[in-house]
Formats: sequence, structure tokens, C-alpha cells
Amino acid sequence: MTVPRLQLEQITKRFASVVANDAVALTVLPGEIHSILGENGAGKSTLVKIIYGALRPDAGRILWNGQPVQIRSPQEARALGIAMVFQHFSLFETLTVAENVWLGMSGKIPLRQVVAGIRSKAAEYGLELEPEREVHTLSVGERQRVEIVRALLADPRLLILDEPTSVLTPQAVEKLFVTLRQLAATGCSILYISHKLDEIRALCHQCTVLRGGRVTGTCDPTLESNASLSRLMIGAEPPRLVHRQATPGQVALRVRDLTLEKLDRFGTDLHGVSLELREGEVVGVAGVSGNGQQQLLAAISGEDPRAEEGAVELFGQPIGRLGVAARRKLGLHFIPEERLGRGAVPTLSLAHNMLLTRDESLRALGWIDRRALKYQTAKIIERFKVKSGGPAAVARSLSGGNLQKYIVGREIDAVPRVLVVAQPTWGVDVGAAAQIRAELLALRDAGTALLVVSEELEELFEMTDRLHVMARGRLSPSIGTSAATVELIGEWMSGLWPTGPEDGPGVSIGEFP
Amino acid sequence: MNEFALLVAATLAAGTPLAIAGIGLLVNERAGVLNLGAEGMMLVAAVAGFATGYATGSEVAALAAGALAGAVIAAIYGWLVIWLNTNQYATGLAVSLFGSGFSAFVGLGLVGKKLEETEVAGVPLLRDLPVLGVALFRQHPVVYLAMALTGGVAFFLHRTRSGLVLRAIGESPVSAHALGYPVRRIRLAAVVVGGTLCGVAGAYLSVVYTPLWVEGMVAGRGWIALALTTFATWRPTRLLLGAYLFGGVTMLQLDLQASGVQVAPQFMSMLPYLATVVVLVLISRNPLWIRLNMPASLGKTFFPGS
Repeated sequence: MTVPRLQLEQITKRFASVVANDAVALTVLPGEIHSILGENGAGKSTLVKIIYGALRPDAGRILWNGQPVQIRSPQEARALGIAMVFQHFSLFETLTVAENVWLGMSGKIPLRQVVAGIRSKAAEYGLELEPEREVHTLSVGERQRVEIVRALLADPRLLILDEPTSVLTPQAVEKLFVTLRQLAATGCSILYISHKLDEIRALCHQCTVLRGGRVTGTCDPTLESNASLSRLMIGAEPPRLVHRQATPGQVALRVRDLTLEKLDRFGTDLHGVSLELREGEVVGVAGVSGNGQQQLLAAISGEDPRAEEGAVELFGQPIGRLGVAARRKLGLHFIPEERLGRGAVPTLSLAHNMLLTRDESLRALGWIDRRALKYQTAKIIERFKVKSGGPAAVARSLSGGNLQKYIVGREIDAVPRVLVVAQPTWGVDVGAAAQIRAELLALRDAGTALLVVSEELEELFEMTDRLHVMARGRLSPSIGTSAATVELIGEWMSGLWPTGPEDGPGVSIGEFP
Repeated sequence: MNEFALLVAATLAAGTPLAIAGIGLLVNERAGVLNLGAEGMMLVAAVAGFATGYATGSEVAALAAGALAGAVIAAIYGWLVIWLNTNQYATGLAVSLFGSGFSAFVGLGLVGKKLEETEVAGVPLLRDLPVLGVALFRQHPVVYLAMALTGGVAFFLHRTRSGLVLRAIGESPVSAHALGYPVRRIRLAAVVVGGTLCGVAGAYLSVVYTPLWVEGMVAGRGWIALALTTFATWRPTRLLLGAYLFGGVTMLQLDLQASGVQVAPQFMSMLPYLATVVVLVLISRNPLWIRLNMPASLGKTFFPGS
């Protein structure tokens, strides 16, 4: 019998009141691609941090190649041969790829040798990477390659990847899988953290499922179905969304040939972006983030009022140069992807956050009617089942999912005529995500026009009536969601869509009349 | 022609304390720590240097005493903001206010005293060149030190691994910590280097430039040096040029006043500061440039393990 590369026994970790890991056991064999599956908050990242030495377990044993070990720091983990690719990259933007890799090395290797090392590793695994480019000029996918090559240069025996595909196009995911399979074939074990069932079934040999800090099952994912895996993961099958046929009304929001230069170097120029959004429909914008979505959203929300007057129209009225407040007054509301900081002021209470967007509870001379405000806030908390300490709770104290429910609820309660949402369920657990999507669809059925920008294809396929794809600052024509496939959208994400006539939003494929 | 050469010579001498302090602050800011205490550190170093020079008669000892005084205050400042996590802006301002009071108090007995002026040797042979000799080669060694320092720091920051680590810490202390670099200790070292150089600059003022002690004699040069780091977008060579520009405008307005131009002298003494503000505004027009060069963590407290 082969000795497991890594074995965890009875690993337990408590934080203040929560047990993040409760007697977790895990066995990873050499050359095995092992997935840890679980929802947000299931204890995946805590477990990984323990393996990588960033956290110490309260109880339990770690065996490395059969020997009990104490991993006190990431350095010790690396010395054992454990490498990690983080979900949020820890790269230095103003330095070059090679300098970034160099900083992560301990020895006294000259920079030139590092450059050569990167070139040969990248070639070996078919990863395109230019060692002398500065990191801020790289796309998210390229940055991930930097992290992977950096990890590979250490010749790891165990590579940990935390949600590696959240930033990749479907095609890039395929390429990543090829690399990972090649790596596993050399005997390196891989721990693959994800909540995407399809990927795990396509890639992994073994799967350990966590729920609420406990292991709820270990299985061979290739033999399981999505439904059986999600039963292990959330204890039930995910609630299904009832999506009725849309009945689009008049045009609510029209973006016409919007061309904008980026505001800062790290942004993307917009080139001739056109789209039409009708009352009572949900239009999605797919694409890997960083392709101009931020700039488009800013031009629509009014955060960036530099567009031509007529490039953005709301119910026929040109609003391209209006500010955010003026657009909100006209019924155009925006939910940004950053919940803390843009969607809500982290240190203010939920009630005060409400007050910043609404003025029903204001009396003459700007006095705040605190009872009315509290009542109004409490109503939303109740209607959208927000778990919180009440209207006085500080925004920062809520979990991501609950704060998102509150913010979405706040905007829905204001009955907008057009609602623009960025990443509506980013980092939100399956239950809350389903609730948010259902609420947004209900808003659509009530006649609001919705524009949803998201990186999660599944989500877009589930909620939207029509889809656009954004790539390198350009927007594809729209396609009816029922006619779209993952492969097609993936192709469009690389900018390869059929180009239509020059003049505007006339081209549509499979769009309803 | 000779007049022009003298103006160049005076410009170099006037720009030197700004350049030395500025280079020190640049190193310190590249690591992500802002030290608004520059003015105070320079004042304390000036009085320490002057007192030492007065007691020993040695210029080298006087400059060393200034450097030491700067280093000690910077070390205390560093301990406060890096380990005790006090606010960098407030603590820096406190150091400046403390420095001006403390130096005035300690220097009470030194007011009106004078150091012996020493003959400046300059660079042998080159000093006798026509025009150029007067303009460039009859300066105090500290003037050349400032130039050498600029080149040295530029090389250190962009060509050595330690410089790379320093810049990395200034950009993202969290990432650097995750890679296993001792962020706090490196930051303290950078702050002490900054303080030492501010100290040399302060002592240069009271020992070499105007060899006497007057209360508040640093006269805002600490603040100008701080502004210069931004002005130069944290690039050593640009900082040196900025320092000379400021020194040049200072000298030019003195010249104009002396030649009897009919402008209020108060207005003329405003000019160098005005010029600094104008250049700062021009530079800030390019946010891209600043964002690429500015240490992203500047002024922010770093908590390891959070």
C-alpha cells in the first residue's frame, strides 16, 4: 500500500464561538487530484490554512509522507514541499513577473537565472508567460499563471489551489486542467478547493465534502452526479429557480455606441458599446472581469459622467452626463459588486446605510425621523430574511451573504425602474444566492428592467433572458439565453463573435421579436 | 559669467540639505512609512551638531552627532508607528512640534555663538578650472555626498534584491509578510536610514551652511524635503533635480532682492514655495505616473497576521 502524501486526523479549529473545523480527516495519495468541496463558510479555507501553516489547529494530527509533522508557518510548509496558489493573488503590481517570483525564493539565485527558470517551466507546461512584463499589464488569467509557475518552480510535492477557476474563461479552465493533469502524472499531489461541481467531476480523482466544518462524505466524484454531490454539500438539492418567459415592454435603458477612454492605467477602454434593455427583462453581461465591465457600469451608473450626453439614454432621455444622484432620481439604481465600501459604508449601521440612499425618513430641515427610519430598515430585514443584529447593526458585522441580501433588498424596496447589478451573488452561499436571484426575477416580473453583470456563467444562464459578452472593452451582440451554450459564450469571451453591421444594436442572434 | 558660476555654486549648496533629507525620506517612504517628523528631526540634529561642533571644533564629529540625533528620534518614531501602531500622520506632526520646542530649549545657551568657518578645499585640480571650477568644484564634501547618495540609492532601489524587497514591502506589506520577509524590522531600518540622513542634513545647515544656531533655523526645509519626495514621484534622480530647482529659485530671489528689484521681499521669499506647489500640481496631473511609482501602502499601519 502506498504511503499517503498527506493525512489529516481529527483536525479541529475553533474561532471565538464557531467551530470552523470539527474533527476533520483527509487523506491525499501521491499523484492524486483531491478536491475539497463545500459552500462558503464550510471550513474549506480554514482547513487549507492549517495545511499551509498559516493557522495552527487546536487539536489533531498532520502526517506528511507517513511522518507526524508540525507546520508552524508557510515557510515550513514550503520547506516540506507544499505550494499554494491563492484565490486572491499576492502579487506586487508594479514589479515584473520575474521580480515577483524572485521575491518568493529564499536562495541567492541571480535574477537572470530566475528568468531562465520561468521560461523553461512555462514551456514545460505549455503556459505562455513573459517574465519581463510588469504584473499590472497582465490579465487575471496571466496573473494566475504567474502564481502557478511560481509554485511549480519550487518543485512541490503537494500543490494547493483555492478556487482557481473563478477568474478564468471556460477555455482557460480546460488549459489549466491539462496542466494540472500533467503535473499529477509526475507524482505531485493536488488539493483542489472549489464549489463548482462540474469541474470537480471532470478533474478530480477523490473528493472530500465539508459542511459546517465537518466531513459529510468522501467519494470518487467521477462516479457521482451533480445532484448527489450537492446533497453532500448543502444537505439538499439546490432550490430550483422558476423562470417564466419574459414579456419585454418599452426600451428602458439604451447605450449607444459608447466609446470611453479608461480613467486609469489599470482600466480598459470601451469601444463602441451598444445595448438595449427593455422593461420586464433581464439582460446579462458575461465575461472575465477586467474586460471593461467596471468602466461600462460606471458610465451607466453615473460614477463616470464623461460619456456623450446621448450615449446613455433612460426612457428616451439622454443621461450620459448626469451624476449618480440625478440618475437614481430618474429610477436608475445600481448595486456594485463591492458590498463593503461601495454598496454600504462598513462602519455605519444598516439604518444609516438606508438613509444614505433614501430620504423618506427625513423631515423638514434634514432632521432624521429615527423611528420611521428604524421601521423602514426593520421591514427590509424581515422581508429579505437578513440575519443581523437589527437596524442598528453595523454593516461590517454582517456576513457577506446577509449584507448582500440587505443591499439588494434595499434597492428592490425602492422600486427602481431600471436596476443594474454587478456580481449579485459573489461570495454568497447557495441558499442566499437562490433567494437573491428569485427576488431579482420577481422584480423583473413586476416590470423592472434588469442588467446583470456577472462572471458566473451558471448564474447568467439561470436568470437572464438575453446575454451579451464583454471582451477587451467591446460588447458582443446579444443572444437569447435559451439559444446560448457554454461553448459559444466561452468563444465570445475571447472576443470571437460574429460582427454585424457597423450601425448599432441592430444585430441580435436568436433574440425574441 | 562669473556671477552665473557663483549662482550655480550657491544653488548646489542650498539644494544639498533638501536633497540629503529628501533621499532619506524617499527610502523611508518607499518602505511604506511616512515621516512627517522630518522638520523636527532636522532641528534636533542641527542643534546637536552645532553643540558638538562648538565643543569639539570638529566638523566630522558635528555631522556625526547630527546623524546620530536624527537616527535616535527616527528609531523612537519607528517604534511608535510600526510596533505600537500609532497613526503615522499624528505621530509625525508630534515629532515635528517636539523637535522645534526641544531644539529651541536645548539651544538657548548657544544662540549667538559662532563656529569657526573652515576653508573648503574643493576638488584638487578641477577647482582651478575657469568658470566650472567656481560653479561646481569648490564645494563642501557634503555637497558631493548628496550626489553620490542619489546615485547609490537609485542603484540600490532598482538594481539590488534588497532594494526590490524594500519596494515590495512599500507596495504590499501583507504580501511581503506572506512571503516571509520581516516587514516591521525592514521598515524600522528604512525609517532609521531616513532619520540619519535628515540628521546629516540638519547638521549641515547649522555647521556648514550657516555655521551658527538660530531657533527654528531649518525654516521649513523638512517640509520641502517631504514635498520633494512626492514631487519626484519617489525617484532619487528627480528628487535631486527638484532640490536644486528649489535651491536655485531661493538663490535667484535673493539675488534679485539684492540687485534692488522693486518687489516686496516678502513676496520674493514666497517664490520658492510657490514654485514647489506649481510643480507638484503639474506632476499630479498625471495620476497614472503617481500610481505606478507611489508606494501603495504609504502611511498605512501594517498589522502582521491580519
